[in-house]
Amino acid sequence: MAVSGLVFIGYLLAHMYGNLKVFAGHDAFNEYAHHLREFGEPMLPHEGLLWIMRVVLIVALVAHVWAALVLTGRAHKARSSKYTVKKNLASSLSSRTMRWGGLTILIFVIWHLLHFTVGKVNPAGGETNDPYNLLVDSFDLWWMAVIYLLAMLALGMHLHHGTWSAMQTLGFTNTARSRANAKLAGWVVAIVIAGGFALVPLSVLTGIVTK
Amino acid sequence: MAFLDGTTQTNQPPVQVSDDAAGYYTLGAPLVDPVAPTGPIKDRWTNRKFENRLVNPANRRKLDIIIVGTGLAGGAAAATLGEAGYNVKSFCYQDSPRRAHSIAAQGGINAAKNYKEDGDSTHRLFYDTVKGGDYRARENNVYRLAEVSANIIDQCVAQGVPFAREYGGLLDNRSFGGVQVSRTFYARGQTGQQLLIGAYQAMERQVAAGTVEQFTRHEMLELIVADGKARGIIARDLVTGEISTHLADVVVLASGGYGNVFFLSTNAMGSNVTAAWRAHRKGAYMANPCYTQIHPTCIPVSGDHQSKLTLMSESLRNDGRIWVPKDPADAEKDPRDIPEEDRDYYLERIYPAFGNLVPRDIASRAAKYQCDAGKGVGPAVREVDDEGNEKWVRRGVYLDFAEAIDRLGEDAVREKYDNLFDMYERITGENPYQVPMRIYPAVHYVMGGLWVDYHLQSNVEGLFVTGEANFSDHGANRLGASALMQGLADGYFVLPNTIREYLADGPFEKIDESHPDVVAARTDVEERMNKFLSIGGTRSADSFHKELGRIMWEYCGMDRNAEGLKKAIGMIQDLKKEFWSNLKVLGTADTLNQSLEKAGRVADFIELGELMCVDALNRRESCGGHFRSESQTEDGEALRHDDEFAYVAAWEFGGEDGLPVLHKEDLIYTAIEMKQRSYK
Amino acid sequence: MNLTLKIWRQKDATSAGAIKTYQVSDISPDMSFLEMLDTLNEQLNEAGEDPVAFDSDCREGICGTCSLMINGQAHGPEVTTTCQLHMRSFKDGDTITVEPWRAEPFPILKDLVVDRSAFDRIIQSGGFISANTGSAPEANSVPAPRDKAMRAFNVATCIGCGACVAACPNGSASLFLGAKITHLGELPQGQPERWTRVVDMVGQHDHEGFGGCTNIGECTAACPKEIPLDVISQLNKDLRTAMKHGL
Ligand SMILES: Cc1cc2nc3c(=O)[nH]c(=O)nc-3n(C[C@H](O)[C@H](O)[C@H](O)COP(=O)(O)OP(=O)(O)OC[C@H]3O[C@@H](n4cnc5c(N)ncnc54)[C@H](O)[C@@H]3O)c2cc1C
Ligand code: HEM
Ligand code: HEM
Ligand code: SF4
Ligand code: F3S
Ligand code: FES
Repeated sequence: MAVSGLVFIGYLLAHMYGNLKVFAGHDAFNEYAHHLREFGEPMLPHEGLLWIMRVVLIVALVAHVWAALVLTGRAHKARSSKYTVKKNLASSLSSRTMRWGGLTILIFVIWHLLHFTVGKVNPAGGETNDPYNLLVDSFDLWWMAVIYLLAMLALGMHLHHGTWSAMQTLGFTNTARSRANAKLAGWVVAIVIAGGFALVPLSVLTGIVTK
Repeated sequence: MAFLDGTTQTNQPPVQVSDDAAGYYTLGAPLVDPVAPTGPIKDRWTNRKFENRLVNPANRRKLDIIIVGTGLAGGAAAATLGEAGYNVKSFCYQDSPRRAHSIAAQGGINAAKNYKEDGDSTHRLFYDTVKGGDYRARENNVYRLAEVSANIIDQCVAQGVPFAREYGGLLDNRSFGGVQVSRTFYARGQTGQQLLIGAYQAMERQVAAGTVEQFTRHEMLELIVADGKARGIIARDLVTGEISTHLADVVVLASGGYGNVFFLSTNAMGSNVTAAWRAHRKGAYMANPCYTQIHPTCIPVSGDHQSKLTLMSESLRNDGRIWVPKDPADAEKDPRDIPEEDRDYYLERIYPAFGNLVPRDIASRAAKYQCDAGKGVGPAVREVDDEGNEKWVRRGVYLDFAEAIDRLGEDAVREKYDNLFDMYERITGENPYQVPMRIYPAVHYVMGGLWVDYHLQSNVEGLFVTGEANFSDHGANRLGASALMQGLADGYFVLPNTIREYLADGPFEKIDESHPDVVAARTDVEERMNKFLSIGGTRSADSFHKELGRIMWEYCGMDRNAEGLKKAIGMIQDLKKEFWSNLKVLGTADTLNQSLEKAGRVADFIELGELMCVDALNRRESCGGHFRSESQTEDGEALRHDDEFAYVAAWEFGGEDGLPVLHKEDLIYTAIEMKQRSYK
Repeated sequence: MNLTLKIWRQKDATSAGAIKTYQVSDISPDMSFLEMLDTLNEQLNEAGEDPVAFDSDCREGICGTCSLMINGQAHGPEVTTTCQLHMRSFKDGDTITVEPWRAEPFPILKDLVVDRSAFDRIIQSGGFISANTGSAPEANSVPAPRDKAMRAFNVATCIGCGACVAACPNGSASLFLGAKITHLGELPQGQPERWTRVVDMVGQHDHEGFGGCTNIGECTAACPKEIPLDVISQLNKDLRTAMKHGL
């Protein structure tokens, strides 16, 4: 769980970096998308790195979802009868919504892939083979931007608890200090990643980024 | 008197002249310890371990041992005998062995390690213990206790007990309970917990290994004595109510103390005398039942609802000063507004040499006298006398840290007593850093218990008794940090070496559940359960327990006299009659029924209470925890009568309506000379 | 003060249970929570209704026998055990809901009493140091660094009450488990069995049906002994190391 989660985080950081190239303009962004596919050539075939990454991501996703299902199943069995009254004292909202948050992200990713990679749907009805334009067209629609922003909220929350949790699961938090650091890391990772991603639709929406 | 082995008795055998309890008992034959060792005291245990026969490992598997109790004494024994390869069945009434009452011990455990090079030794620990027990303990047993004490620490450390350590990583220890050497090992204020968890884990390891079978939430309700030997127990499963028979080659009782006969005590709610009392009724002698220890530093009673009392560690007396207002009219005032000249630091005044550090019994009685004289502080609590008259009395004295806070600073005081102060604040709602604590004495420990010989075997063959349940090591008074030592000494080192002498003759002829003695024991239990449920009266078992407690505290508490004790005996007899005709227990016997459990325990406490009063009545002397107001010096101090009472009073059950039978075991000292104590 | 109590009543392990409402009056703020229940029970006994069964023994906060979910909090609103919770934490007119611990491995036996023997079995699976009586070396022959000994002690104060399980949304006993692993793992005496211990104990924990830990942190907030979350981190670390050792 922790390892797959960290793989996601790594990927997302890179992905976010890529997305931010939007601010560098149409060509820089498309150049990046293109370069991604050629990276490592001729040592690797075309889209080689991309495929390695895709395989890693898919494996991680399967592992992550499988572990999530097992944990959820065990938790439901262990607490088969519910309390009439139950208070939460120390836990964060994010920690208690990991399963819903994860599910939201999963649905989002499917939609996202249809949107940008597999399906290349342009809801605005424009061209689809120019990534930059596709992106800007999409987020010009307020509801598309909202879907993305909500997903980023879910992602942020998932990462807020997930990052700390991964540290704890890996046993890196044996002192009060390292625990505080891990909690801080949770905030940082969540804000940087979710915030970083959110910048793009926000900027399009507010007209900072245009075609 | 000189013995053949070259030792000489240093004391005269007692001759009792007074006979306060005439009419309340009959005199039986004198008693001697049949297996008492002889020779130079320091060789006695070593030689005995060698002389006691061994049991061949292949035979051990065929020998069944029942151990009732999983406290330090029982848990340690189960672990050790399990390791040795015997078949052990272990019983406790709690839901886990780890919860036995030993867990509550705070202060520490003594051991003659002499790590501080301050002159400690086996002999000094032995001497302090006999002297602390006011020369009413058996010399042989105490010496052995001191001897094995050091091994206990080694054993516990090996098990992972996290004792306090110094910066260099070696064990720390402190001096405790007014002793002049540093021999108390501790794990902050939770020594009992840590020692018990060590024993518990060792025992669970044997459960996993299959040598120990554990029966939790099982209460022993009868001892099976077949053909003159203890051969098993009848137990009730407290969850299903099922009555089961367990047979064995030997039975060990490690069932703890009976301080709860007073209703309010520092003991756990479930602590009871049932196991020991049932054995007593089956012939085992009960020794010195009147010896109870009353601890001076407990949190006072706050009202009628009180269900138990909480101990504040003795160590508080090192820095706190005890006082009451000189004028009873000041009791309601904020203590901080009472000027120095209006305060009576009575312990410092009466005992200038020891001051606030006088022994437990002296401090306790002094507090009682102050409150009886109307100088108590804190909320007035309702007390009802025998005629049913209500009076409101303040039962508390101040234990003041203001001076210590001035002298050492609040931080230093906090560092030392932090958890105790917190506990106090939680219970009383008052902050002891600002307002003086209030304390009052409470029943804490019983030195009396089933009579055992040097091998810890009672007079009933095949019945061994260890820990607080036996009478053997503390005489009339126990030193702080010595009960844990005794429990573990018995469980780890003594019993395993003495029980084999008995078991070497086994396995004994198998008996089965149809044996008439087994059937009879079982029927008795079933009938008793049904009886409780069918009385159909109006009073709960708890209300009888409270009433018994009040009688015991009033007449058999800190200060006893013949007149009061006789009155108490009459009252207890009446209470017993009412109990059996007016008890109300709801529910059935075949479910978890806590009222039914309670009823059984109270029934036995009532009978025990009567015997305690008879024992206290007979012993017309003041010694250790037993203070008879007829026996005091001119200035009101305890006066012992070695000439009459240097004996162990072992009581035999006299039958349902008969009188108890007194067997006297004279105390023989060869390695120590008796002295009167003085703390002035 | 006067209070309304909503208490879970359940006849035995196999019957269904339900919340029942009772009134108690004249409750003193100096009473402990359990003494308040004692008062209710005297009242029920008088009225001919079966008293409420609940567990307690030491009533000093050390044996770990008492339990109870009070208004949705394990051991009630203070950081302490139920037996050390006093009625001054409540106010006149309050409604208090009292339920048993709920977790599959802690089956309810009656009313508020549950069976926690799963904890014993977890200890049996490896929560000990194998040191036969009599085989121990001189205590001071193996010094234990003071900071490690302190940490061992701090977590050895776990009383095995089960509040961590009761509070954990996953019904995990990881805090209890972590406390024992850390206690024994910090001491030099605990080293030889360190890696098998963690593997065996975790195995037993899962086998008993406790949930997995997702680091939610309710356990430590409910723990009357304030066992810190780092014991779970230690547990995971030891488990990881053990797996590296091929266990
Ligand atoms: C608050 C407090 C603080 C103390 N502090 C110290 C201290 O600092 N140092 C010190 O040396 N001593 C101290 N003592 C005394 C010491 O704790 C006890 O004397 C000692 O622990 C007794 O141990 P035990 O093994 O004999 O019995 P216990 O620990 O009382 O165990 C009794 C066992 O018997 C079982 N049992 C009883 N009756 C039955 C039955 N009928 N059927 C089945 N099982 C039964 C119980 O379940 C339990 O397992 C303290 C005592 C108290 C109350
Ligand atoms: C596909 C849908 C997903 C589901 C159902 C899901 C569910 C879960 C669950 C139940 C946990 C366990 C909580 C815990 O261990 O603390 C978890 C942890 C985690 N998740 Fe997800 N998640 C999903 C997707 C993601 C994604 C896309 C990422 C990264 C962007 C991610 C990152 C993490 C991290 C870092 C952890 C912490 C791992 C740990 O503590 O061991 N998850 N997830
Ligand atoms: C505002 C936020 C996001 C934007 C603008 C964005 C944009 C894009 C774009 C343009 C692509 C196509 C790249 C290409 O094919 O060249 C892409 C692919 C992808 N994105 Fe995003 N993305 C966002 C958030 C996310 C998030 C939160 C996740 C995961 C949780 C994610 C996962 C992916 C994946 C898995 C791919 C496919 C990569 C591949 O295998 O080809 N994206 N994204
Ligand atoms: S870890 Fe805390 S809550 Fe859990 S059993 Fe131990 S003491 Fe109770
Ligand atoms: S609440 Fe439960 S999820 Fe883990 S951190 Fe505590 S065991
Ligand atoms: S009853 Fe012992 S901890 Fe509460």
